[in-house]
Amino acid sequence: MKSLINVTISILVVCGLLWFATIKLDASSSAGGEGILTVYNWGEYIDPELITQFEEETGITVIYETFDSNEAMLTKVRQGGSAYDIAVPSEYTIETMVEEDLLYEIDHAKLPNLQNIDSYYLDLPFDPKNKYSIPYFWGTVGVVFNPNDIPEHLTFETWEHLWDPALKDKVFLVDGSREVMGMGLNSLGYSLNSRDDAELREATERLKSLNGNVKAIIGDEVTPLMINNEATVAVTFSGQAADMMWENEELDFAVPQEGSNLWFDNMVIPKTAQNIEGAHQFINFMLDAEVAAQNADYVGYSTPNSAAMELLDEEVVTDERFYPPVEMRDNLEVYENLGLEMLGTYNEYFLEFKMSLQ
Amino acid sequence: MRSTLSTSAKVYLALVFVILYAPIFYLIFFSFNSGGTMNSFEGFTLEHYKAVFDDNRLLIILINTVIVALLSALFSTIIGTLGAVGIVSLRNKKMRNTLLSLNNILIVSPDVVIGASFLILFTMVGVKLGFTSVLISHIAFSIPIVVLMVLPKMLEMNTNLIDAALDLGATRRDVLTRVILPYIKPGIFAGFFMALTYSLDDFAVTFFVTGNGFSTLSVEIYSMARAGISLTVNAISGLVFIVTIAIVIGYYYFMSRSKKTKEA
Amino acid sequence: MKFKSKAALIPYLFWIALFVIAPIGLIAYYSLLDLNGDFTLANYKNFFTSAYLTMTLTSFWYAFLITFFTLLISYPTAYFLTKTKHKQLWLMLIIIPSWINLLLKTYAFIGIFGLSGPVNAMIEVFGFDPTQILFTDFSFIFVAVYIFIPFMIIPIFNALDEMNPSLIYAARDLGASAFTTFRRVIFPLTIEGVKSGIQVTFIPALSLFMITRLIAGNKVITLGTAIEQQFLVAQNWGMGSTIAVFLILIMFASMLFTRTKKKGGRA
Repeated sequence: MKSLINVTISILVVCGLLWFATIKLDASSSAGGEGILTVYNWGEYIDPELITQFEEETGITVIYETFDSNEAMLTKVRQGGSAYDIAVPSEYTIETMVEEDLLYEIDHAKLPNLQNIDSYYLDLPFDPKNKYSIPYFWGTVGVVFNPNDIPEHLTFETWEHLWDPALKDKVFLVDGSREVMGMGLNSLGYSLNSRDDAELREATERLKSLNGNVKAIIGDEVTPLMINNEATVAVTFSGQAADMMWENEELDFAVPQEGSNLWFDNMVIPKTAQNIEGAHQFINFMLDAEVAAQNADYVGYSTPNSAAMELLDEEVVTDERFYPPVEMRDNLEVYENLGLEMLGTYNEYFLEFKMSLQ
Repeated sequence: MRSTLSTSAKVYLALVFVILYAPIFYLIFFSFNSGGTMNSFEGFTLEHYKAVFDDNRLLIILINTVIVALLSALFSTIIGTLGAVGIVSLRNKKMRNTLLSLNNILIVSPDVVIGASFLILFTMVGVKLGFTSVLISHIAFSIPIVVLMVLPKMLEMNTNLIDAALDLGATRRDVLTRVILPYIKPGIFAGFFMALTYSLDDFAVTFFVTGNGFSTLSVEIYSMARAGISLTVNAISGLVFIVTIAIVIGYYYFMSRSKKTKEA
Repeated sequence: MKFKSKAALIPYLFWIALFVIAPIGLIAYYSLLDLNGDFTLANYKNFFTSAYLTMTLTSFWYAFLITFFTLLISYPTAYFLTKTKHKQLWLMLIIIPSWINLLLKTYAFIGIFGLSGPVNAMIEVFGFDPTQILFTDFSFIFVAVYIFIPFMIIPIFNALDEMNPSLIYAARDLGASAFTTFRRVIFPLTIEGVKSGIQVTFIPALSLFMITRLIAGNKVITLGTAIEQQFLVAQNWGMGSTIAVFLILIMFASMLFTRTKKKGGRA
């Protein structure tokens, strides 16, 4: 009994000391002053130096919290109880958030740097006039592959190449119903926003015929596999492909011509915000040419900021694989918010496909 | 019984330990990689360790993680142990089985379900999301594992001991502190350590119930997955691992030495 | 036992009411809602389609395999551990690896099992061609067993450790073989520990999800995966809750099998 009490007391003492340590650390890192700004973003999706720079310039203390999926973030914002001033969701989630009245309107007058954004990325169907969201990064879905390990004729200009018998057990798919079903639909020449059950059915059957080629359906873990040459072909997001190619120069990336997805991650001000003024300051800060360039350099995704592009390496911004010219972008589609019912159908079909794998 | 282990038994144990520690040494090995990822090893560097100490935010998150783990393990052990003692002393078998079934519900429920329902619960009651809500949740989902670890010890215990003590006029309090607790102590410690594991490993529940700047290492690591987990996390895990091992071995030798001097 | 301790139960019952009954109530409630928040039994009907029934069987089968192999490896480990000189220290060293973040360890396994990883390097030394170990049943069960080993070892260790050694001497003196001694004396005395170990392995194994994607590449789909998808991707909390209800029912059913047989003097 005595030993149990001793253990209890020592744990409490240790916790007390640790708690004291966090206060010390906290005090040394934040100067305090102009209030607090809570930024809710994907992990490793910003250059931490920029946060420090923002804090120094404005006197605002930034709390940086992270999420790992749009839907999880959405649940948190919906449920409230926490003060997120900025969030960075993808476009289809922004549509949902607008529908559910979870976002504040953004005051463009407070964003002089908005002029840096290429007009191509503004006023898109998911958020007309950018009332609620400002572009952060964007990209596509395509195929990253190692040309050394596959027959030369496979360039993935067309989705058809994924079905090539030479790719037996070599294809990795991303674990997302919209992405995989979209690929199936695109490969048949349909829209990846199809609501037609017959088309979806056909796409599922088409995907099932990919069975022998699919090695695995995974998420972000495909990155180390591609870098290590453990995987040969992967359907993935352009930003991730860029990461892989940065590490492994053998790799190449292509967006098939039948069409694919064009995605955006935009900054929004959720209704949970406590510091709307600070949120505007932050958005404007991130739109600054130099800041955006530094951030793009750090994260490795494509920036919508044309002023920043001028500051980036020539080689990077002229790479058509990651900055496709306008005519190539015409084949790309942005995900529409299909509604939960339709999303459920996509998921059922995707599940059917997954369960057919052997 | 005291016979020493045969060679084959030693080999077997060694193999188990090698497998248990393989991924951890793999992680630590790459924490020295100048390449920046957990892929090919390019060269030796200590920069990731330096980064750990330069990153106050990460250090605070680490300390928060440890505090939540220790406190939640402590409280869940107390509640769980008392629960196990209470369950075994119940006469009504139906009641007992019902409690045990209820006990296991949180173990079988996937973290997302627990996290989402706790989130709804906390926002309904109006608990501010942050340290408190995370701590309460961790206590809540660690209690069942403590019960399951203490229970076999309770069931094994010779009830005659307790009856004898009671017959000899011991109070119930005495029985609990002098007979039961000492006997089930290994179970209590097992429960405590497993509760620590549950707490340190949890991502989904913490993610849902946290807020207002409070974060744990797991949440941080999972949300890094999309853009790539930085080796700083490897370095921090390596440090935690080394420190833990040092504490455990140091404590063990300290205890066994003081035991010896007492005996001498 | 004459000992009664209703008071000890109070905080525990409080916990059950607040963090078990209340969430279960919520889950049961959600399981009756469709996407528009209207009451429906459609979710339950949906569960009885082939996809979910297959998934239930798959989950059950893999949980069984995982538990079986975990027990197979853990029992001898626990047994040998009790005979080591610094057994408490060794036991701690079994637990410590479980304190390192699981996602990190999983990434490490991806590297270890990889084509250029240490395992394949060893295979090559023995003159075989490197093979992809990841995304197979083997790698999935291996990593799952890895996760659960400490949970299984501890209760068995505790049961073995307190065993009176004179019982074994007596059995051996009476001419029992090592195997008979184990089967008739050692194993029955540790049965509570084994049951506890099986419960803390089998029950969470039913709802494993993360490693089904990372290690099995979604070629193993369990109920846990399906629930996670319903909650986080499809945003269909109703269907997710329904699957969770079934998962809990399966857990109850499996509890019936490991239920403690009442012996005289107990209760």
